[in-house]
Amino acid sequence: MSWLETLHTAFDAIRTRRMRSALTMLGILIGIAAVMLTVGLGQGAQKQVASQIDKLGSNLLIVTPGSTTSLTGVRGGRGSATTLTTADAAMLADRSVAPDVKAVAATSSTQTSLTANATNWTTSVVGTTPSWLQVRARTMGSGRFFTAAELAAAQPEVVLGETTAQELFGARDPVGEQVTIGSQPFTIIGVLATVGSTVGGDQDDQAVVPATTYANVVSPTAGTSVASIYLEAAGQDALSAAYQEANNALLTSHGVAETASDFTLSSQESIVQTATSTSRTLTVLLGGIAAISLLVGGIGVMNIMLVSVTERIREIGLRKALGATPRVILRQFLTEASMLGFAGGVLGLLLGMLGAAVLPSLIGQPVTVSAVAAVAAIAISVVIGVVAGVYPAGRAARLSPIDALRSE
Amino acid sequence: MSPDPAYALFPDPEPATRPVPGPDLPTEPILRLTDVGKTYRSGALAVEALRGVTLSVDEGDFVAIMGPSGSGKSTLMHILGCLDVPSTGTYRLGGEDVSTMKESQLADVRNRRIGFVFQQFNLLPTMSAWRNVELPLVYAGLSRPARKARAVEALARVGLADRIDHRPGELSGGQQQRVSVARALVTDPQLILADEPTGNLDSVSTEDVLALFDELHEQGRTIVLITHEQDVADRARRSVQIRDGQFIDAAATHTRVGAAT
Repeated sequence: MSWLETLHTAFDAIRTRRMRSALTMLGILIGIAAVMLTVGLGQGAQKQVASQIDKLGSNLLIVTPGSTTSLTGVRGGRGSATTLTTADAAMLADRSVAPDVKAVAATSSTQTSLTANATNWTTSVVGTTPSWLQVRARTMGSGRFFTAAELAAAQPEVVLGETTAQELFGARDPVGEQVTIGSQPFTIIGVLATVGSTVGGDQDDQAVVPATTYANVVSPTAGTSVASIYLEAAGQDALSAAYQEANNALLTSHGVAETASDFTLSSQESIVQTATSTSRTLTVLLGGIAAISLLVGGIGVMNIMLVSVTERIREIGLRKALGATPRVILRQFLTEASMLGFAGGVLGLLLGMLGAAVLPSLIGQPVTVSAVAAVAAIAISVVIGVVAGVYPAGRAARLSPIDALRSE
Repeated sequence: MSPDPAYALFPDPEPATRPVPGPDLPTEPILRLTDVGKTYRSGALAVEALRGVTLSVDEGDFVAIMGPSGSGKSTLMHILGCLDVPSTGTYRLGGEDVSTMKESQLADVRNRRIGFVFQQFNLLPTMSAWRNVELPLVYAGLSRPARKARAVEALARVGLADRIDHRPGELSGGQQQRVSVARALVTDPQLILADEPTGNLDSVSTEDVLALFDELHEQGRTIVLITHEQDVADRARRSVQIRDGQFIDAAATHTRVGAAT
């Protein structure tokens, strides 16, 4: 009996028991759709986080200070120490110290209130250097960024984020206007183009001022310490070299050993990993639950196949009497089970794709469906069908034709 | 194998496997049981269903095997139909020793050499008449168009040319049994084995089906019919009685060559 004939017979058997076949497939269908959607949601969330972190800049390394420990032993947590200074930033910017570091931007920031005319808005005021624009991969929406000369002169100039500008000035272009930070008036010289990232605070809601002005006016207590130093490596390939150079330079200049380092050096990649690990855990958890529903669907297929064997015992006996070998019977029932699995898988895939198209507009989360996931879904369904069919098919194949024919 | 033109309708599917009666086996019967015994074991109990049965059936013969229930006639029918193998003795069918064959080989022998007619008809209710008839050909590996052509021819042979697309439920009992006779004929088997073929039929349909068997016999078919009804057995060319696992009239177990029907 040819494979085509086997497929045909299996298809006939499924078709003549439409209702039951449909219900059997439903188990697989729901399982596959659920797995696809949970995994798709998780991947979508991870992608979203990763792309937001990408917007922080490219080939980025971030140095943050270590933690403080007070005299009573209370540890302050990451970034609470004031071990990083503008001197560190200047050293890392030196090409002879770290040749693979292309640009350096030290930043400090504090939450403070900005006042323009009768409106005020509290936001993060960042003190940094002109290289910040490049290191953080930002572009100007209007106006310009401050220059090195303005930095040296500690000019009272500010560049606003898109959101900040809107909150203070509405749709109006604020370039050239005045804004008060603390009690000092600042001239707005530019507005940053929107970036749409919320990693490490809304990147569109901030006010950037020269580091010198920041130290003089905004946060006079900070001295020369900085909250973080952003490093841009010369390229993707130079990233690990830049990491080593920066790490060694800082360890040497701080005079500490690797194990007692008073700063943390993290790459963009490691930040992505940390940020996505939560959603990955959630994906695995939800995917696991969905996989259990798929397993239940598989047990449903096995159950139906067993019922089918019992119910068609005379048919099996007849087919054997007419010349079907045990192998042919085995193949027929296995084919039937895997066809149920396959059909359930295809329908589940379609439902999953429909869900992936509809869900994002309902819950505001992206759902990623990859071709790999689709192929895997079908393959898993067929495997479930075959595995679920092995036992019932084996039973059918072993039936003695006499007993099978005799049964009523 | 037979000069009867009716056979031309059914070209032999596997001519090479058919034994050609050569000079060294001139009188090999279609079917020969030699001292066949069958013992069933259930736990410590051994039930002797057949005790040394010997029977030979020549080509073109029409034999009825008669016996009450519990006589071993079902066991004999299973062995004759290659659905079971004997515990002792040998069974040769069409020149092949089938008593030591494995399950898959037996399936092949059933497919090629035997056409079954069952008391319960055993038609698949979801399939049309011709799909039921073509079933043995599916396992013989024929192409679909060839199967359909032969199934339709076989149905025409049993007078159901106009019922090929009817399902069993749309046919009378007599017509259903004709469909199953067509199914038995479709592979052009060497032996037609009928197990109480009229057991489920009214008297009109019984006559109808028996007339069909007569016709097949006249066309040279070899038929073994198992029954417990005397008037059915009387239609055969000869009949043997089985009781307690043995034939009672030993003389009848050999073919009466040339005997009148």
